Order: sequence, then structure tokens, then C-alpha cells
Amino acid sequence: MRENFSLASTFLVPESFNREWRRNRLFLYISRRLSISLLMLLIVSFAVYVIFAFLPFDPAALTCGKNCNDPGIIEANRHRLGYDLPFFTQYFLFLKGIFFGRTFGEGAALISCPAPSLGYSFQQHACVTNLIGEALPVTLSLAVGALFMWLALGVGLGILAARFRGGLTDRLSTVFVLVGTSLPTFLTGLLLLVFVVIKWKFIPFPEGNYVPFLENPFQWIQILFLPWLTLAFAYAALYTRFVRSSVIETSNEDYIRTARAKGLTESVILGKHTLRAALAPIVTMAGLDFAGLLGGAILTESVFNLPGLGRLAIKAVTDIDLPIIVATTLLAAFIVITMNLIVDILYAFIDPRVRVA
Amino acid sequence: MTLLSVKNLSVEFPTTDGLVQAVNDVSFDINAGETLAIVGESGSGKTVTNLAIMGLIPKKTAHVSGKVLFESATGQVDLLAIDKEKLRRYRGRDIAMIFQDSMSSLHPFFTIGDQIIEAHQIHNKVDLKVSRNRAIELLELVGIQGAASRINSFPHQFSGGMRQRAMIAMALVNNPSLLIADEPTTALDVTVQAQIIKILQDLQKELKMSLILITHDMGVVAGAANRVNVMYAGRIVESAGVNDLYANPLMPYTQGLLASVPRMDRPHTARLETIPGQPPSLISLPMGCSFSPRCSQKSSISGNKCETSMPQLTNRTSEHSARCFIGESQ
Repeated sequence: MRENFSLASTFLVPESFNREWRRNRLFLYISRRLSISLLMLLIVSFAVYVIFAFLPFDPAALTCGKNCNDPGIIEANRHRLGYDLPFFTQYFLFLKGIFFGRTFGEGAALISCPAPSLGYSFQQHACVTNLIGEALPVTLSLAVGALFMWLALGVGLGILAARFRGGLTDRLSTVFVLVGTSLPTFLTGLLLLVFVVIKWKFIPFPEGNYVPFLENPFQWIQILFLPWLTLAFAYAALYTRFVRSSVIETSNEDYIRTARAKGLTESVILGKHTLRAALAPIVTMAGLDFAGLLGGAILTESVFNLPGLGRLAIKAVTDIDLPIIVATTLLAAFIVITMNLIVDILYAFIDPRVRVA
Repeated sequence: MTLLSVKNLSVEFPTTDGLVQAVNDVSFDINAGETLAIVGESGSGKTVTNLAIMGLIPKKTAHVSGKVLFESATGQVDLLAIDKEKLRRYRGRDIAMIFQDSMSSLHPFFTIGDQIIEAHQIHNKVDLKVSRNRAIELLELVGIQGAASRINSFPHQFSGGMRQRAMIAMALVNNPSLLIADEPTTALDVTVQAQIIKILQDLQKELKMSLILITHDMGVVAGAANRVNVMYAGRIVESAGVNDLYANPLMPYTQGLLASVPRMDRPHTARLETIPGQPPSLISLPMGCSFSPRCSQKSSISGNKCETSMPQLTNRTSEHSARCFIGESQ
């Protein structure tokens, strides 16, 4: 029906209007996806808040250290952090804090966390937003670098393996896929460190701590190179396998035969017709994998001692630092939902058929 | 003038079950400006024959032998013997092809216009604008209304008939001297089928090109073709002018095909005739005539000659040849 509808409208209306109408459809699609995403975030935030509100811990008691059993301090903190308020009020204050900032306590002991406030960690004596603000760039640097590496490696190798199917490249790629998918990152990381760095000295030993890119780009790359390689190794294997089969599958499509019948060169057929269709699903895959990493590459961050989100979350869990756990969980959900949205919108640009659906 | 001459074309696909003889020693000519229909049921080798002519069968998967002599502007070439790059230059420029399923044969991610323009650009060093105008011109030629704006549509925004029209426009963009249409109407409604065939016929006359029409629709053949090759199990079993074939089919298979077409001049209570049995497996062809297991007239040949030896394609008149022992002069 929809096809008929679009047909009729394009017959009757001038081209300029037609184009506008089509752009509107894309706009409608984006706004619909956007509102769904917002609703989803609200639901996730509520669910996370409920789970942690009903955990068998007293958040106020946790604020005062392991050997503290002074009910005076506990009750004072309870009041200061708002844990004495009814559940829904707490949730509302939490949401309000995200948009307008939040203060805890009053007078000399006033703690102020400006918007977007995700709470206050009494154990670390810091606003959660600040802690995340320190950890996020580390994880972001890790994820972005790894993403580029594994896309270059995985997509490149996958295409080569598909193009020369059955050849040496293809067979080597199979080995690579097998090894890459079987080795866990903590092992790859250690193996790389022991052999590539210490024994064979291909890469200098990453000395010192993580520094932001803008502060010292060289140090930044030096520290992150191995973690990138470790993550990229695991992901690239998956992507190689996926790209290879996707390219082979697309090569058998009728429209590739049409392209060949038109007299196009093999490089145009592969580079334009085959890859455009074969790599479209990669956008979805990469977007979601990237989002997953941004939530915290816990193992890799631990192996290489990177102060990222994964390590922040793990530390919070072992310390039962509830505000941080809530915030990192929520952040991970936020990243996944946002990346989903971005991927869907990107996909609508890549595949014109999606816009109708 | 002979435009294309196929000589002893064979295509074999090695499979794990054995060698599939998809096309077996096929020879035929097509003259300039002529319409040749190739008919036969599914798996008779008509599509593979034409993919082989276009060089679209990957060398890795099949063994192609024989000659495909094409009369190009620069002289005769054997399309099977020239290298890949030279063959590519003929494809889409001198010989174009349209396919059965226009939905899957057009790239879903590119607009109709992009795909036609691309076909023009690859063979002509001209400005993009020239190609664009050429694309619009051809879309108008195949009867797409508002071509100047429809050029920006994606294949999924077209109906089946319009997509097939766009496919035809794309194939004709370089004025090919030969168009191969592989069951161009199979996926379409009956009314649209008639339109598409009409467009092909009109354009063929207008552009003075040769047309190979692959089909299993005998009605389409009667209306559109000059000559007909009937294929069965990878071989040509009968070849004749269209009137001659309909008036005087020699091979029992052709007779069966024609009898299975519903006709207005028969009593409407009569059952439609069918050819009993199945086409043979192309891996283990029968010893004698491939059609003999299904042939109702093999008893008219003495002994069991039909089952033991293969009849040759012999001329019965100058324009009519058949592969059958029945009616052979000796």
C-alpha cells in the first residue's frame, strides 16, 4: 500500500515538493526514534534506581567506613544524602539533579554537585559526575583507538579473504579468526606484553601513567597502544569472519550480476556495489560493540591499569559504593541507547529502504 | 548479416555429485535486427547459454567451451577467447542483458538514475550531465512518466513493471546491437507483461538491434519472435521460423509445449495437455535422446533407437531443423 501511496504522490506533485516530502519522512523517522530513546532512558534509569534502592544494604551506613557504628554519624549522613526521604522523592531528586545540579546537607558541611549531578560518593568524597568525568576520557580513548584498529584490520582482512577465497590469505585469516575469537583479552594482553614488548621489544614498554591526549600525545599513544591492540585483536577476528561471509554472500546477489553485465570493472563492482551492501550491517555491529566498550572495558583496563570507567565500576562494586554503581550502570545504558539511535539513523542514510519502515 | 554466431557452446559445472552438463554443444546464429526466442522449461539451459555469451559464468565454477563470434564495430571477435578486460568493454555497450527479477537485479541502495547513469558513464567519456539527460531520455522512452523526477527514486519505490522498464532503459543506454532478455516478464502481472513485451518490440525496431528473448511463454514467442530455438536438457532440439514452428512442429517435445498452451479456439471443457514426466537430471543424461523417457511417439521408430542413440540436429527444410528420428529422411 505504501508503495502505491508514494507512487501516486510523486506523480501528482512537482519535484521540489517530492524532495521535501522525502526529507520530511527521514525527519519523522529520526524524531520518532529519538522520542522512543528518551522514553527508554527514563525506564532504564527507574529500573536501575529500583534495583539499588532495594539492595540489602543501608546506603547511609556504607558512607561511614567499615568500622564505624556511630548511629549519630550514620543518621546525619542519611539525612544529608536524602536517604531518609520516600523512594519516589529520592528518585525525583536524582532525576532533578541530572538537569539542575544538587546540593547535599547545609551550612558549613554543604556539598554541592553542579548539573549534571549523578550523586555524591561519600567513600571517595567526590561528586560522581567528577569521577566519571575523569574516567570517561580514558575509556573513550581506549575504545576509539581500538575501534579504528579493529575496523581497519577486520574489514580489510575480511574483504581480502572473500576476494581471494580459498587462497593463502583466506586460510591465514581463518587461523587469525580462530585464535582471535578463542583467546580472552586478559590473556592476549599479557601475551602481547610478555612477548611483543618485553621479549621481542617490537614496541617500547609503556612506562608511566595514562595522560590525556592534549597533555602529551606521544605518551598517550605509548600507554594506549597495547590495550588498543589487545582489544582490536579480539574484535578484528569477529569482524573478519563477518565481513568475509557478508562480502561472499553479497557477491552472489543478482544486482552484482547486473553490475557485471553493465560492463563495470571488478574494482568498481567490489568497491562500490558489493561493499556498500556488504558493509552496511557493519555499521550496526561496530556501533553496538563500540557502545559496549564505552560502558567500560573492564578486563583490558584492569590488565593495563587504566583508570577508566570499567575500573571505576569494579572498584565501586567491591566497595559497595552505591552512587557510583548507579551512575556507571546508567551511563552504560545511556551509551548503548544513544549508539543504537545513531546507528539506526546512520542506517537510514545508508539503506533507503529503512526510511519507509 | 550474422551478428552473433554461437558455435558448439558447452557449459559444464563440476559438482560433488558429478558433472552437470548445463549446455551441450549448442550452435545458433542471430542476424542483425532479428528476434530470436529461446524456449524451454526450467533447467533446459537457456539462461546458462546466454550467461555464457555474456561471459558472466565464473571460470572457477564452470568449464565453458566453444565459440561465441560477435560482429563488433571493429570486426569479428570470439567473446570466449578474448581476455576479461576486453570482454568487459563489450558488456553493456554492445551486448546488454535484462534479467528476470527486477527487484533483486537492481541495487537497493542506489537510485534508478544513479544505476542508469553509471551504465552510461562506464562506456562513455562524457560529462555527468550528459549521462543524466540520456538516462531521463531513456526512462521516457520506456514509458516512465515524470522521468526527470523519477530518476531520483530508489528501486523499492517503483512497481514491478516500472522496475522492469527501468532495467530496459539501463540496458539500452549505450545503444547495444544485441539485447538479451532473460524471462523479462516472468515476475510480472499479465497486463504488465504485454506492455513490457510491446516496449521491447517497439524499441527493437526503433533502435535496430537484435533481441534474444528467453522465455517459456509460447504466447510471447508467437507475438514477438522471428525465429525460435527450442531447448531441452541443455541441447537445441528444434529451430525454425516462428510461423513454421507453430504450423509444423516436428519434435514431439515442441508439439507438447505448443499443446500445453491454453487456446481460445478449443472447447473450453477440454483439459489442458501436459507433457508427462520430468526433465532428466543433467548429471546422468539418458543414453539416447534426452526426451525419449517422456516421448509419446518413440514407438513409431523401430527398435529402441530413441533410447540407444542420440539423434542429430538435422535440416528438414532450409529454415527448419529438428533433433528427432521421426521424419528424418533416411
